[in-house]
Amino acid sequence: MRQKTQKTNPVKEILLENLVEEKGYEHPYQEDLSLISQEDKERMLHAGVNLNSKERSGTFIMKDQSVIHCNIKQPGIELLSTSVALEKYDSLKNYWWKLLLPDTDRYTEHVKNHDARGYFIRAKAGAKSYFPVQSCLFLEDPGVVQSVHNIIIAEEGSELEILTGCTSNENSETSRAHLGVSEIYVYKNAKVTYSMIHNWGENIQVRPRTGIIVEEGGTFISNYICIRPVKDVQMDPIARLVGKGATALFNSILVAEPGSMMDIGSRVILEEEDTKTEIVSRALTTGGVITARGLIRGQAAGCKGHLECQGLVLDGGGQIYTIPELDGMVSGVELSHEAAVGKIAQDEIEYLMARGLSEQDAIGVIVRGFLNVEIVGLPPILKKEIESAIDKIKESAF
Amino acid sequence: MMLQIKDLAVSTNGQNILKNINLEIDKGETVVLFGPNGCGKTTLLMSIMGLGGYKIEKGKIIFKGKDITNIPVYERVKLGIGIMFQRPPTVNGVTVRQLVKLCGDEDLDVGEIAGTLRANSFLDRSVNDGFSGGEIKRSELLQLIAQEPDLVLLDEPESGVDVENIALIGKAINKLLDKGVMKYSNGLSLKEHHTRRYRPGLIITHTGYILDYVPADRGIVFMNGHVVCGGNPFEILNIIRDKGFEECKKCDKKHKRQIQ
Ligand SMILES: Nc1ncnc2c1ncn2[C@@H]1O[C@H](COP(=O)(O)OP(=O)(O)OP(=O)(O)O)[C@@H](O)[C@H]1O
Ligand SMILES: [Mg+2]
Repeated sequence: MRQKTQKTNPVKEILLENLVEEKGYEHPYQEDLSLISQEDKERMLHAGVNLNSKERSGTFIMKDQSVIHCNIKQPGIELLSTSVALEKYDSLKNYWWKLLLPDTDRYTEHVKNHDARGYFIRAKAGAKSYFPVQSCLFLEDPGVVQSVHNIIIAEEGSELEILTGCTSNENSETSRAHLGVSEIYVYKNAKVTYSMIHNWGENIQVRPRTGIIVEEGGTFISNYICIRPVKDVQMDPIARLVGKGATALFNSILVAEPGSMMDIGSRVILEEEDTKTEIVSRALTTGGVITARGLIRGQAAGCKGHLECQGLVLDGGGQIYTIPELDGMVSGVELSHEAAVGKIAQDEIEYLMARGLSEQDAIGVIVRGFLNVEIVGLPPILKKEIESAIDKIKESAF
Repeated sequence: MMLQIKDLAVSTNGQNILKNINLEIDKGETVVLFGPNGCGKTTLLMSIMGLGGYKIEKGKIIFKGKDITNIPVYERVKLGIGIMFQRPPTVNGVTVRQLVKLCGDEDLDVGEIAGTLRANSFLDRSVNDGFSGGEIKRSELLQLIAQEPDLVLLDEPESGVDVENIALIGKAINKLLDKGVMKYSNGLSLKEHHTRRYRPGLIITHTGYILDYVPADRGIVFMNGHVVCGGNPFEILNIIRDKGFEECKKCDKKHKRQIQ
């Protein structure tokens, strides 16, 4: 039998110096979205970005290091490329590198030193986005390192829905990397729903770095879905709830095929009274390696946090390693976690077979149920994506 | 004969549980299976259904003239066998509504059947997740009604169910078995309906309460993995209520002597 060694962090550092500098890669601006190739549109669609849909408030597309489209339709919501926004608003520097420090690691450093581009999204006080603002981060050229820096600001009482789809052309031969810094500010009684879908590719390494701050009565919801191959992705966003009654929810759905490595966490610091958080993840491997982390730190009386991590290891030599951490620093905190890693229960399969399903279909139904966490505002295309992932899993289970 | 079990022996986990079982059930017939805890009643139902973990060591199961001893579970379902589990597992993330649709037709009006079983309150919860005893039974029956099986296997349909809900469950079982007093729209008398009755049932019960609602035709008693008695179900029930299984042990001993 093959002996597996225990690894807490299976994701290796990216050798950025072996990849080319991103300078010199320029892609033309596309005012007219219909000029974007069918192939690219298809890839974007699998990451939840729909260029034909009317149900989007605005669209931002960044290909390698070039912003190739940026357009917002809804009043009260602002969408700009960060380079434009930094020129327009002097005060933006008060939001630039404030939730994350450039010297956090080699990736934030790289982003700091390499003229990162990205989006600036602001919901003005009281404004509500009827439809999500979609942004697509796209990798095109061989060997490229994409450096992204985004700022999101939801002013008092506003509601903002953002859908970020990350993908590449299908040129899977070369190694590429995506480094993304995002700083998200949720002001008093504002609500941000931030859904991120990764549809990268087998040779792409990904290091998102995200900091979130939520003020009194504010809500931050993160939905993260990664059910397609990726070489490796490592992220551990951190949310600070600094106002009374602030809430943060993190949902992740992870499916790792052979060759994919994911190290995905969420950290929430409950700094004020009556703050609440829930971190829920579903991890399934058909051969890849997943590390699922979660950290909740309670620093004020009356704060509540729950962490739930469920893993399903199917045949294929994969691994799921969960690391749930709770830290109660004062009396009056309520923190809990629940974690389980297992296989598909035989009695559940048989139960469904006794209702007329074949073994394969029974497994499909159970996996669908397993991955079915309540996802707020999940675009229908994603449901289809999850379905197609389930079909693949059903086949690989035999 | 709708169901024929011939000299069946079944083991689980290397232990012999059922020994030379012979049982025949005719169309339209409702048979009640009595027996003390652990005598193998559930094992028999699971074996008829073909569920894993139960190994057929000997004998045959024939349904509608077809030897089903070794065919997969879902093919038995297709042939028309349905089972109500004694202790079904929880299936997280799959709602009762979704499962009922999988049992029947995609465009089945689940709400309508659920109404008759007062099941609307848990239709959109994960199957069996935190369900009360009565809810589990009603959820099981909902699935069976959607499935419309020709042979209905019921494993303790009334255990853990309050009096009011037993009546509800009894009614639903009668509907599955074309029994009891109910309205039909095609102008036939109830008598005519009952003589045309097709679907047989095999019901496991300890308390016999379900017999207050579902008229059974025949009773059999299991002891230590074999049939020791058969006869009028109400008479058997009265003896068991009065004497426990002490009386049956007498016959079990004689039975054993006969074999040896
Ligand atoms: N998977 C198993 N492993 C070991 N023993 C088993 C297994 N399944 C059943 N048995 C044993 O087989 C015997 C018969 O079990 P069965 O469930 O058929 O009994 P039963 O008549 O339905 O009892 P009850 O009235 O308590 O439901 C019991 O002794 C039980 O412990
Ligand atoms: Mg039993």
